[in-house]
Amino acid sequence: MSKIGLIIGREYTTRVKKKSFILMTLLGPLLLAGVMALVIWIGLSENTEQRILVIDETRGAFSTLEDGDNFSFMFIPGLEIEAAKEGFKDSEYTSILHIPGNILSSNRPLLYFKEQPGNIMKRSIEKRVERIVEDEKLKLYGINKADYKKVKTNFDLTLIKYTESGKEEEVMGEKAAIGFAFGIAIYMFIFLYGVQVMRGVIEEKSSRIVEVIISSVKPFELMMGKIIGIALVSITQFTLWIVLSFTFITVSQQMLFQDKIENISAQQMQTTTALADADVAKDIQVKATDITNPAHFINRVNWPLMLGLFLFYFMGGYLLYSSLFAAVGAAADSETDTQQFMLPITLPLILAYFLSFTIIENPGSPAAFWGSIIPFTSPIIMMVRIAMGIEEAQYWELALSMALLVIGFIFTTWLAAKIYRTGILMYGKKVNYKEIWKWIRYHD
Amino acid sequence: MEHILEVKSVSKSYANHKALNEVSLSIPKGVIFGLLGPNGAGKTSLIRIINQITAPDSGEILLNGKKLAPGHENVIGYLPEERGLYKKMKVGEQALYLSMLKGMSKKEALEALKYWFTKFEIIDWWDKKVEELSKGMAQKIQFIVTVLHKPDLLILDEPFSGFDPINTNLIKQEILKLKEEGTTIIFSTHNMGSVEEICDEIALINKSEKILDGKVREIKEQYKPNVFEVRFKGNMIGFTNALWTGFELLDHHTDEFDTTVAKIRILKDHKPNELLQAILPHVEVTGLQEILPSMNEIFIQTVNQEKEVVS
Repeated sequence: MSKIGLIIGREYTTRVKKKSFILMTLLGPLLLAGVMALVIWIGLSENTEQRILVIDETRGAFSTLEDGDNFSFMFIPGLEIEAAKEGFKDSEYTSILHIPGNILSSNRPLLYFKEQPGNIMKRSIEKRVERIVEDEKLKLYGINKADYKKVKTNFDLTLIKYTESGKEEEVMGEKAAIGFAFGIAIYMFIFLYGVQVMRGVIEEKSSRIVEVIISSVKPFELMMGKIIGIALVSITQFTLWIVLSFTFITVSQQMLFQDKIENISAQQMQTTTALADADVAKDIQVKATDITNPAHFINRVNWPLMLGLFLFYFMGGYLLYSSLFAAVGAAADSETDTQQFMLPITLPLILAYFLSFTIIENPGSPAAFWGSIIPFTSPIIMMVRIAMGIEEAQYWELALSMALLVIGFIFTTWLAAKIYRTGILMYGKKVNYKEIWKWIRYHD
Repeated sequence: MEHILEVKSVSKSYANHKALNEVSLSIPKGVIFGLLGPNGAGKTSLIRIINQITAPDSGEILLNGKKLAPGHENVIGYLPEERGLYKKMKVGEQALYLSMLKGMSKKEALEALKYWFTKFEIIDWWDKKVEELSKGMAQKIQFIVTVLHKPDLLILDEPFSGFDPINTNLIKQEILKLKEEGTTIIFSTHNMGSVEEICDEIALINKSEKILDGKVREIKEQYKPNVFEVRFKGNMIGFTNALWTGFELLDHHTDEFDTTVAKIRILKDHKPNELLQAILPHVEVTGLQEILPSMNEIFIQTVNQEKEVVS
């Protein structure tokens, strides 16, 4: 085995065997799935049974309001709203549904509550009231219910971007969100693994093993071995995360939502009044899949392209920054020394992170162009742009960005290697930028 | 004589500091060579160049008659002054890794490690992490991985700094054995007293220049001040009177056994026998011994001579 292979092997195996790596790899997707499940669960579940007092100021039209799963309607005929509110505090009711006499023209029922009803319950109540209001209006205007169903229309406005090349493309909020998520992931992982490279260098320097090793291999081989070894660790971690996340999410989805969905479909068949519930149920279903099941997007996002470019830009960005992190580690004696040199590295990364917000709003801006071309920001910003859709006419920008990223990391690696090979043999010396500049100018 | 290492007018500068100035050395095969000089003289700079960690600005270095090139690191064993091990790695795993970096196959390395670990009775450390070891234990491991691949040239930079006396002795014994087996050893140290008794040849380096080199015996011969220590019982006045112009009394004192110890310089063209003949009739001589200079004294003398030459 070649010597750099040995170094890569050591860097990889010592990290992958660490407890913290195994823990992170297992806990990452669990936490992610857990948080998602929690969010959905909170949205779906109601804590307590709600008892709703209905003050119906119409002529009893709402007495047909149907109770729901975890809420029931009570009627006290003749009770005035003011009186009801007065007695509300000490009553057994959890909320008061006030249907004013002019509901047909105002469309504004009111709900006073002690305990706020969840979104699902709110929409269930809305649907029930809405249905009765509709029925009343149909009666009022003498429209046949069957006719009404025929004409009732629901539609969304779809935005289509008409590109220069004549291709039509849907503009999607989700697409921008995916790009943003990819960008953030790159941002986080560059930091996460870049800092690991830096720590590794500091470890070798402070434990004084570095001179033993560079008497066997070139400093450049040691640095590259470390960078590549950690890159392989990151790929391993990604792969495990993706596989485990899908597993956990699928499992948790089935455990948590199977009952609910079955319940709802049963109800749907059972009664006519459950129509409203069924609507709500559909909403819930879509919502649930929105968050938990990426299948929802698959038709609209070019996943192979996105994943391929993600891999390219992550690796490019990682190589670009990790060699700089290695240089910082070499210049420092301990992690506390690294602060002063971290700023020039973190600044462009943080800038790219904030730029990506504005680029979602305005993907055609000069900031988006330059940000996606300059190698220090392109890994994050280009991902956002690509996710939002890049036209054929702009392919040269993508090509330029990728080429510059490759040139960029070759440059930073070359620069970092110069700092690295001098820095690792400098013990107990307070290093400043002037000193580092000298190291860069050393010839061999 | 065949030389394992030839350093030919090597110079090396850092930003505004000259580390080595036209240094030339020849180290014959199979000797223990002392690279001596105060801290900051340039010893470590030279060693790093020999190890190809840095390159010289000018001059060249031949190892076994060939210009230094990649691959040569496998025939050199280097124990740097700043040395350490990965703290979180297991001893055996780490020793194996370091020896494979020196170009050994896994099988060779395992065999050699087994030999050394058994020899030093540390086989049960194999699965311990380095951070669990004491400093002295870690030093043994460092020494083993330095010599494991049977290097032709072994370079030890301040080998005894931080070593406890037991380890120092152990390492000295091992070094002598390695020498017998044909290994050439370079000792670099500022502590000249610590190695002069085991070095065959030395080079003195001061302020980035080599100021003296050669066989220890010859250098001492060359620098010996012709001073003898005479121990005798008897009258000091009689003794003094017996000395004629060829001899110079430098110092004397009388110890608790009434023995007088006198330091005599024998001037040029005279022999110790003449001294004995002169004093024998007057006092009872119990001992005569030549005082040889220590490396440290030679060093100071040479540095001072250089200063005089400069001024």
